[in-house]
Amino acid sequence: MKIDSNRQEKIAALSRLATKVRRRDMQMIYKAKLGHIGGDFSATDILVTLYSEVLKIDPKAPNAPDRDRFILSKGHCAGALYTTLAFAGFFPEAELDTFVEPLSNLNGHPNRNKVAGVETNTGPLGHGLPVAVGTSIAANLTGLGYRVFVITGDGELQEGSNWEAAMAAAHFKLDNLTVIVDRNRLQQGDGTEQTNQLDPLDDKWRAFGWSVREVDGHDYNNLLDTFAQVPFEPGKPSCIIANTHKGQGVSFMKDNVAWHHKVPNDAEYAAALKELDALDGVAAPKPANEEVEVKVGV
Amino acid sequence: MTQLYDCRDAFNEKLLELAAKDSRIVTVVNDSVGSSKLNQFRKEFSTRLINVGIAEQNMVGVGAGLANGGLIPFVCGASPFLTGRALEQIKADVAYSNTNVKLCGMSSGMAYGELGPTHHSIEDMAWLRAIANLTIIVPADPNETAQAVSAAASINGPMFLRISRLGVPQVHPADYKFEIGKAALLREGRDVTLIANGVLVSKALEAAELLAARGIQARVLNMATVKPLDKEAILKAAAETGGIVTVEEHTIFGGLGSAVAEVVVTNQPVPMRILGVPGVFAPTGSAEWLLEYFGLTAQGIFDAALELTGARV
Ligand SMILES: Cc1ncc(C[n+]2csc(CCOP(=O)(O)OP(=O)(O)O)c2C)c(N)n1
Repeated sequence: MKIDSNRQEKIAALSRLATKVRRRDMQMIYKAKLGHIGGDFSATDILVTLYSEVLKIDPKAPNAPDRDRFILSKGHCAGALYTTLAFAGFFPEAELDTFVEPLSNLNGHPNRNKVAGVETNTGPLGHGLPVAVGTSIAANLTGLGYRVFVITGDGELQEGSNWEAAMAAAHFKLDNLTVIVDRNRLQQGDGTEQTNQLDPLDDKWRAFGWSVREVDGHDYNNLLDTFAQVPFEPGKPSCIIANTHKGQGVSFMKDNVAWHHKVPNDAEYAAALKELDALDGVAAPKPANEEVEVKVGV
Repeated sequence: MTQLYDCRDAFNEKLLELAAKDSRIVTVVNDSVGSSKLNQFRKEFSTRLINVGIAEQNMVGVGAGLANGGLIPFVCGASPFLTGRALEQIKADVAYSNTNVKLCGMSSGMAYGELGPTHHSIEDMAWLRAIANLTIIVPADPNETAQAVSAAASINGPMFLRISRLGVPQVHPADYKFEIGKAALLREGRDVTLIANGVLVSKALEAAELLAARGIQARVLNMATVKPLDKEAILKAAAETGGIVTVEEHTIFGGLGSAVAEVVVTNQPVPMRILGVPGVFAPTGSAEWLLEYFGLTAQGIFDAALELTGARV
């Protein structure tokens, strides 16, 4: 396939932004000693593509009635969302430094009442899609015609609520709704297929009445093409199964379940920064020389 | 410094010991092997750990089914999701059906600190207390946790164990005998009674020290069993000390304080102060910071007891 120069520029910009997001997110987690770096990094390329090229949103009018809605159903990846929102202009980048500090707006899981751009409070898995179905119906009933996009984890799909919502979305012919499954094949403690098998995942969504496409969730060209084609079929909700890698961007985090909520120590932080810097050549602050104690994990 | 313990360790040691002797003991989890500290259990009894994935409603239903099949399932998940997500399964499949399921709510209260209100479990006692035929136990230290696990395994019937991950000191002597439905008298006193459970028992004991320095002798009761409640100990405390301060790592609506107040107002009305989370979603902060923020500290209990006793004279 030929890629025109305009597209090539877009891809380069997305790649630069994604590296910026990963680096800033990791700095935030390193400082806070808390976060979900693996799942943040697997969803980063999808997030920056959505916020840069897909969603019709205006950070200056985050509550505009006809804005497209984005819901991060895997709310534990708030770090990636906050960083993306900050770089998209929803709030000052400096606020990221307050991540999970006492009284911060930036809780470990996103709160719509505190953070511009967050559409619904997530954290317990399996909540985003039902809320998205309601929002998609509202778009139709109000005639405002906006679209709704949801990122779910793959482990998260073990929650039955997703499948209740999936059935409803097809029943109500919600072709303004798109779900993106972050198919990194890992959950908290193990692989998804070792825990409670999801495959054949595409057939499941199809059987529930959705139009399904698979993409490489780290290939901007593939993502841009696919997002440009939603809804894939009129009268049907769209499901994008994005094949991703947990910890994408840092070799020793990639596909390693330990990095679900592990926090990098000084040496790991320095090594990871080096790898991320190599992706765009930008220098970053040196790690502080302090003891790392990993905080809670669920 | 006093040594602090994570009660999940005592929980697991006892469970491993019992499982080695009784093949009916199984565990059911929701991708929560690590957070329930069940790695060793999985190693030793791999086929007896049933991981249903991230699916709490299914997890509790599966637990009820295992119990129907003659097994003794310990269903272990983070308390907010186990109780909140699967509440109807707990009501219908466990309590109403009277199945021999042991619900183990791990990392309860505000232990998940910065992860926020979705991950705090400060409604669980209220939700579960409203359900008939369900024993609720909130152990305060490793000793009591281990004995609660033994009791759960040996007694037939639905039970909820609320297990914290926050560091706690041993508050009971080594020869302490835990009994379901019996409050433990940890300190004698005649001026006021402090009733606590879980991680706040040690704070109540510290508050009693502070009060003693002011000449106020506080009785301290560990009310580990929230249901069935030790009415006798509560009424005795009301009659003999004339005032009660309750303290819980939970909303003040429907938990330990409410349970005690229900007994007090209908039998032996005395002034009470109910300490806990005052009906709000917690702001961002670590578990320790939040306990301070809500006054769930020795100082906070001391202040409430001083105010209550002062108001009486
Ligand atoms: C209802 C509920 N149960 C359990 C959890 C604890 N938990 C947080 S993240 C996670 C694993 C999620 O896996 P997945 O959806 O695949 O996300 P990713 O691997 O992309 O981070 C679990 C079990 C939760 N947040 N909510």
